[in-house]
Parts: sequence; structure tokens; C-alpha cells
Amino acid sequence: MSFYDLLKEAFRSLLSNKLRSGLTILGIIIGITAVIAMLSIGEGAKKQLAQNVENLGSNQLNVLPGFIQPGRGIVSAGRGTAQSLKMRDVEVIKKIDGVKAVSPEISRRFQVVSSLGKNTNILVIGVTPEYLIVRNSKIEKGSFFKENDLNRFAVLGPTAAEDLFGEEDPVGKTIKINKVNFKVIGVLEAKGNVGFINADELILVPLVVMQKILTGSEYLSLIAVQAESSEIVENLKEEITQALLKERKISPENQDFSVIAAQQFLNTFNSLINTMTIFLASIAAISLIVGGIGIMNMMLTSVTERIKEIGLRKAIGAKKREILLQFLIESIVLTLIGGIFGIILGSLISIGVSKFANITSEVSLFSIFLSLTFSTLVGIIFGYWPAKRAANLDPIVALRYE
Amino acid sequence: MIKLENIVKIYKNNEIETIALRNINLEIKEGEFVAIMGPSGSGKSTLMHILGCLDKPTSGKYFLEGKDVSTLNDDEFAEIRKRKIGFVFQSYNLLPRMKVIEQVELPLLYAGIKSEERRQKAINALKASAFPDNFWYHYPNQLSGGMQQRVAIARALVNDPILILADEPTGNLDSKTGEIVLDTFQRLNFEYRKTIVIVTHEEYVAKHAERIISIKDGEIIDDFKVKDRIIINNHNKK
Repeated sequence: MSFYDLLKEAFRSLLSNKLRSGLTILGIIIGITAVIAMLSIGEGAKKQLAQNVENLGSNQLNVLPGFIQPGRGIVSAGRGTAQSLKMRDVEVIKKIDGVKAVSPEISRRFQVVSSLGKNTNILVIGVTPEYLIVRNSKIEKGSFFKENDLNRFAVLGPTAAEDLFGEEDPVGKTIKINKVNFKVIGVLEAKGNVGFINADELILVPLVVMQKILTGSEYLSLIAVQAESSEIVENLKEEITQALLKERKISPENQDFSVIAAQQFLNTFNSLINTMTIFLASIAAISLIVGGIGIMNMMLTSVTERIKEIGLRKAIGAKKREILLQFLIESIVLTLIGGIFGIILGSLISIGVSKFANITSEVSLFSIFLSLTFSTLVGIIFGYWPAKRAANLDPIVALRYE
Repeated sequence: MIKLENIVKIYKNNEIETIALRNINLEIKEGEFVAIMGPSGSGKSTLMHILGCLDKPTSGKYFLEGKDVSTLNDDEFAEIRKRKIGFVFQSYNLLPRMKVIEQVELPLLYAGIKSEERRQKAINALKASAFPDNFWYHYPNQLSGGMQQRVAIARALVNDPILILADEPTGNLDSKTGEIVLDTFQRLNFEYRKTIVIVTHEEYVAKHAERIISIKDGEIIDDFKVKDRIIINNHNKK
């Protein structure tokens, strides 16, 4: 029997019981949809993260207070509380070869009120003009601070500007940060997510003003360093570490700062997202197995209903293999149809999710290939036993069956 | 063409042995129309299954066209059924979802014959079994019992077998439609020189054959030529 004829026979028998075939296919559709949606969202999260790190700049290094031990997370290192970075560290780093720009930063959240009376709790960062170079930011309106600017000036991120002033132009207006008046001199260009923070929802003030008026402390939250190229980042990381250790006259065991390359974040979080994706897709795959059991159930019923037909087919010369193939193809057709509809539905869901829930998702060719393979496998695995039962029927017994 | 030598068939079920055929010796020539007659439980169905290569004898030899087929495996058996034997059953055994013409084509599907040739052979077989052409594209449940049985005969005929085996072919039919079916067999025998073996428990049906083999308790008790044979020969009428 040719493959085309086998396929035709399979469709004929599936179409003869549309409701039952439909319900069985539904089980597979749900499974495949879940797998596709999970994989797409995982894939999207990875892409988005890579984009964020790209925004951050692959040639960027961060010096953080507190020592982050290898294998331990950032949180447990108490990064926020350690106070070890000062302006003289910035001077040391600036002297190292290969360093293009250095941006010392102090960040803290404050309650901010605009002259319009709008109120928000927002991240305020004290920075120097080099911030624009290192952070790859641009001014959209107005101007930026000068070196060692002592004026109470503020530059708003676009989201902050909208929160505080709505549609109005904030340049020249006054805001109160922690009850102190600041004059808005500029607004940044929109940038989206950078690393893990929203680069648009912040207010920049001159570093010295931040130290003297807002925090009252000279310690820095972070020193962002831009290398001349991404190739030398690893070397530079080591050189900065050595230079800072030397300046402090301490041994590596007592290190009270950390130097982290942006690329490192990407690797760590990629593996985290991978684990999550595999975990979620595995849960989705369980529903696929349930769908497979549905297939087996239906095929067993179908074999029992058609015992006489199998007997006749054997009497007119069908071999075991041909009966086995006929039933196996039926179950594979079921799972493949389920797989195709599942991929379509899963893709629609992932498109919907990225449109309405603001989560990036991407349907990859790999996940489509994986789903098709997996659904075919389900058809073979769960269809094999019923098909084998049909193939092994004794033709005499089958012909007599009522 | 067919030769059975000392055929014994014993069924074993939970240590209880049932002897279905004791010691059958039998020869059927090409072109013969034979009726195997006997009451239920006589072993006539078992004999038909062995003749049709659906079952293997416990001992003894079965020569089909001079070749011993009693030792073949399942797939080789299937191959013989496909190429050399056509079956007609009491309950027609048509598949409910197929049109008449597709039913007849089914054996050709397994024989790997191409679609166009299949259709032509099916049409020839339907014509040979005198099946009216305006019903070729109907489904079995739209046909009378007699017509369904003639579809089954066409199906048995389509692969040009050397032997047609019919198990109580008129058992489900009234005497009038039964006669149409028997007429079809006779004509296939006369016109196409087909070897036909009918299994029946009715003497009236058996008398349409040229030779009757009577069996009882698994043994042949009589084997004779029919003297007052009934020839219908009215196949031009429906």
C-alpha cells in the first residue's frame, strides 16, 4: 500500500468520527500551545536582556562598593549598604590606560514635587558631565551640568518629566527634591531599559550638589567605567582591581569593592532565564503527555470498534505491517494536526502577550521544530500500542467478532 | 489445483483439546464448483479457513498449485490471500464508510496497483458480478442485502484469484436474493472458469454446485457429483 493511500485511509477514518477526532486533537493543541508560548516568552526575555546589555554597552565596567564573592548573589553582598568608594578612586581609575571615560554616581530615591504640585518618588542620581558619555545618553532639550557644577540644577529623564510636568515643557521650571528647590535645565532623550533599570525614570543632579545637599555623604554608589574597546574589558577589569587594591594598601582577601563587566550580567541572567524556560516548558509538556493518553484512549476504542474491518483487511491480504502503519499514521495525523494548530495558537498568544502585557516574546524556528517533533513523537509513542494490538489480531477471530 | 493430505486441526483451550478436523484428504481441480456441506460444528468453517490460508493445520499438508503452503508464516499467508484467494462472507463485511467502487478497489490497494488501473479493474469486477452500474457510487447502507453480497463478490473477484471461497454466502438473504447470488457464482464458474468453494449447511444451496463434499465431526463422510444440479441462468434479470 502506498504512503499516499495510507494517508487517505487515515483521513477517511478520522473524518468518519469528527467529534471524537476533534476532541482528541484539542488535547494536543492545548499541550503544544503551552509549550510554544512558554518557549517564545523565554526566547523573548533572552533577546530583551541582550538588547538591554547592548544599551548598557558591551565595553562597560561597573565598580561597586562591597565585595561580591564568586558564586554568591549581588543581594547577599549587601551592595547598597557598603560604603567604600570615594572620588579619589575615580582619579585612580582615570589614570589607567584604556579607560575612555569614568562616571562616578550616587543614587538614592527621594520624594520629588514639581511646581505644578505633582508628586512622585523617584531615583535621583548625582553625576558628572561624563555620565552622558559613559551611559550613552543624549540631551533632548535644554542643557547639561558643567564639571564641578555647584548649582542646584536638575536634568529629567523623559518619564520623570512626564510624571512631574505632563505635557508642559519642564525646562526652566522648579522642582523640590527632598524639600530643596532645584531648577530644571534639561530633559534626556528616551532610552528604554538599560540593564535592569528604566533609564527614563530618573532625575540627574550635579554630583557635588548630591553629596553636599541631598545625601550629606561623600561615598559613591557606583563608578561606571567605559573602556576604549570591548576587547580590553577583561584586562581592564583586572587592572582596575589591582590599582584600587594598591591605593587602599589592602590584600585581595580584604577587598571591599567589586569590578563587574556588563557582559557578566548577561551570562548569569541568560542561564537563569534558560533554567526558567526549561522548567516552564516541561510543565507545559506534561499537558502534552495527557493529550497523548487521550490519543491512546481514542485509538484503542477505534481498534475495538473496527475489529471486523481489521479482519476483512487481513483476509484480503493486508500484512501486519500495513495494519500497524494504518493505525500509527492515524494517530500521527491527529498529533500533527494538533501540533500545527498548537503552533499557530501558541504564536498568537505570544504575539498577544508582547502586545498587551509588554513582555517581549519571540517564536523561534527551533521551538516550532521542537513542537512538531515532540507532537509526532507523542503520536508514535501513544499510537504504537493500539496499532500493535490491531496488527496482531487473528483474522479468524476478528472476522467473527460481533 | 488444491490438494489436502491428512489434514488435522486441533484447538487447545485451557488444556481442553477440541478436534475440529480429523483426517481430511481432498482434491479440488481448477474450474470446479464445490459445496462443502455439513451441520454447525462439523468443522466445515475450519476447513474453509485452512483452504483460505487464514489458519494453519495442526498436521498434514496443503498443496496449492503444487506448492506446500502449510508451513508458511503470517506474511507469506497474507501474500497468498492477496494474490490467489477471494473471500465472500455471510455478513458481506463491507466497510461502512466506503463507496461501492472503493470497496471493490480495496484489495488492489494492498496489492500496490496504481489508482487508474484500480478503477478499471474494479469496474470490470462489478460488471462480472452483474452489479448494476447506477449504484457504483452508493454506500453499503443504501443497498439491499443481495446487492451488498454482490459487491462482496466483486471484491473477491477483483484481484483475479484462482480460488473463490464463500462462507454461507446466502445465509443472510431470503431465497430469492439468495438465488441471484448463487446465479452470480454459477456464471463466474461457467464464463470465467473460476474455481469456487461454497460452505453451507443447506442442501438446496449446495445443489447449485457441481460437487458436494459432506463433512461431519471433522471427517468427510461423502463426496459426490450433484445429479439433479440446479442451474439458474437468469442473470440478465435483476
